[in-house]
Amino acid sequence: MSTTDFGAFPAVTGGAYAAPATNEQATAPERPSWSNMKAPDARSQPNAAVAVTNGHRALKVFFANPNALFGTAFLALVIAVALLAPVLYPDDPLSMVGKPFLWPCQDPAFPLGTDSLGRDVLAGILHGSRISLFVGLVATALGLTFGVVVGAIAGYFGGWVDDLLVRLIEIFQTLPSFVLLVVLVAIVQPSATTVTLAIAVISWPTVARLTRAEFRAIREKDFVMAARSLGVGHGRIIFREILPNALPPIIVTSSVMVATAILMESALSFMGLGDPNVVSWGSMIGTGRELVRTAWYLTALPGLAIVFTVLALNLIGDGLNDALNPRFSQDR
Amino acid sequence: MAPLLQVENLTIGFPRAEPVRDLSFEVSAGETLAIVGESGSGKSLTALALMQLLPRTARVTSGRIVFDDRDLLGLDAREMRQLRGREIAMIFQEPMTSLNPVMSIGWQIGEVLKVHEKLSGRAARERAIELLRLVRIPAAEKRVDDYPHQLSGGMRQRVMIAMAVACRPKLLIADEPTTALDVTIQAQVLDLLDTLRRELQMAVVLITHDLGVVAQWADKVVVMYAGRKVEQALPGDLFNDPLHPYTRGLLSASPRLKSDFHYLSGRLTEIPGSIVSAAGEAGCPFRPRCRQARASCGHQVPPLIAQTPERLVACPFTSSLKAVPDAASLSL
Repeated sequence: MSTTDFGAFPAVTGGAYAAPATNEQATAPERPSWSNMKAPDARSQPNAAVAVTNGHRALKVFFANPNALFGTAFLALVIAVALLAPVLYPDDPLSMVGKPFLWPCQDPAFPLGTDSLGRDVLAGILHGSRISLFVGLVATALGLTFGVVVGAIAGYFGGWVDDLLVRLIEIFQTLPSFVLLVVLVAIVQPSATTVTLAIAVISWPTVARLTRAEFRAIREKDFVMAARSLGVGHGRIIFREILPNALPPIIVTSSVMVATAILMESALSFMGLGDPNVVSWGSMIGTGRELVRTAWYLTALPGLAIVFTVLALNLIGDGLNDALNPRFSQDR
Repeated sequence: MAPLLQVENLTIGFPRAEPVRDLSFEVSAGETLAIVGESGSGKSLTALALMQLLPRTARVTSGRIVFDDRDLLGLDAREMRQLRGREIAMIFQEPMTSLNPVMSIGWQIGEVLKVHEKLSGRAARERAIELLRLVRIPAAEKRVDDYPHQLSGGMRQRVMIAMAVACRPKLLIADEPTTALDVTIQAQVLDLLDTLRRELQMAVVLITHDLGVVAQWADKVVVMYAGRKVEQALPGDLFNDPLHPYTRGLLSASPRLKSDFHYLSGRLTEIPGSIVSAAGEAGCPFRPRCRQARASCGHQVPPLIAQTPERLVACPFTSSLKAVPDAASLSL
């Protein structure tokens, strides 16, 4: 029946499968001449044909994009500043250190001037980056984790589990999210932690919906059926087969989520609902608000910090979208 | 000795249709059973029923599936999951989509071993390389890190086979494993399956609509029409002396170089009508398309008649035509 040269193929025992043509391959690695000639399709493909894997290719596309590069560079700068702030300005940025209403460049000791209480604006911006980044990153991480898990379970299992979780998502989506955020923060004592948690609570439903939609599409794919036919359990299928395929849009969304979280934190601080003991960009704008006609730099400088950080994150999001979008990707 | 797999009176029901009705067959250890039939005859659903992976809306409404002295329909989800991949494995029609696009093939093969044999990552990788050699992929130690898009269709199907045989199953279900491949690759893949069958002492259920494949690789053939078994025979008998009018039609509709039927007779014949015409008809499902149909065919579904122990046919009017091996007079 079979014409395969099976003589070159010893019995499979104990997992010791023999390579039929190791010797020939050693002498001519470019074109292995097989004793078993039944695989011309295999031989016709040069081995090093495509050395660049998915991840590498995406990185290349990402870093070839000047906008994405700028975004990454600026974000790196903000992160560096946040890390270095306690070294550069070890004192509390809320302490009064100079004459009030010094304009930028007026006094070399205060390059960005001082506010109505004589607090150093530059120190405030540097320390404010810490709180903005902390809230942005941690709130996103929490919202993302919860949203992905809920969305994955709803999308993968479907049925009544899906119905139940979608109702839960819809409850959150029908409430105006910022009002909910204000209420949440007003109920608990405002602090960096509670603000972060509150932002995570209002941001997870978006991720959950996105993840659910991705999972519903991907769970019908043949490779999921193939994995099931090999006895792979639900947990592994969700997290190791489907989730890696669903990641590109989730990654893109997460960069925008960080930006949104920073904006929300600023908005809360502006309204005086932030942590009163920590300086943040939003609280700086809030205190400078009444003086906007006499000392506009007090609102403009932290405002610019917010604008550029959020812009950088959005540029990163766009870059990731271009790099990871399957439509631009040859291999999916 | 009891057969490895025993399917008894299997009926699969959707809410509005019964695509598989009263199907029985047996597969002994190490044997290749081919299930032949046109699209829509219930072949693939039968395969999915064996794996207990039917679509949500479909259910096995009656019958038994006994595998290795266990009734598969009585197993719970967990027991079934442990069986899949380890004792029964399946390969699918589309090698292009049956592999996870974002995971390397070595990882995907290793996944099966991690699930069933609790191998560590390193050991799983070693075994994956061995398995790639087993399915004759050259330079397996390099190829193991390739992604599916870097492989040709034939090689992907080999990878699928490697995943399926990773835990040395007793039964391999191949659902049209070569339909998506071109003819030369098709022969290699089937040769490989046959070789592995002998090496690993697997039984194979080969689902196909290709009669050439049946002639070359099957030990036993079941012909299905509209969800029912209409004929069962050894391949030699089936090709030399088809009994059921549908089988005759299939054979005369396929080109054969050494044909007894119509090597010189020019045009291939076709079976008039389509399989859809079987829906809702009383009596023999093939009656609307059968040129030798008689009034009595509409009364009841013809029972399977055992001509010899290996030879079953669901048509009472076969003996009179037995001596006429000429296509022109076959009424088809």
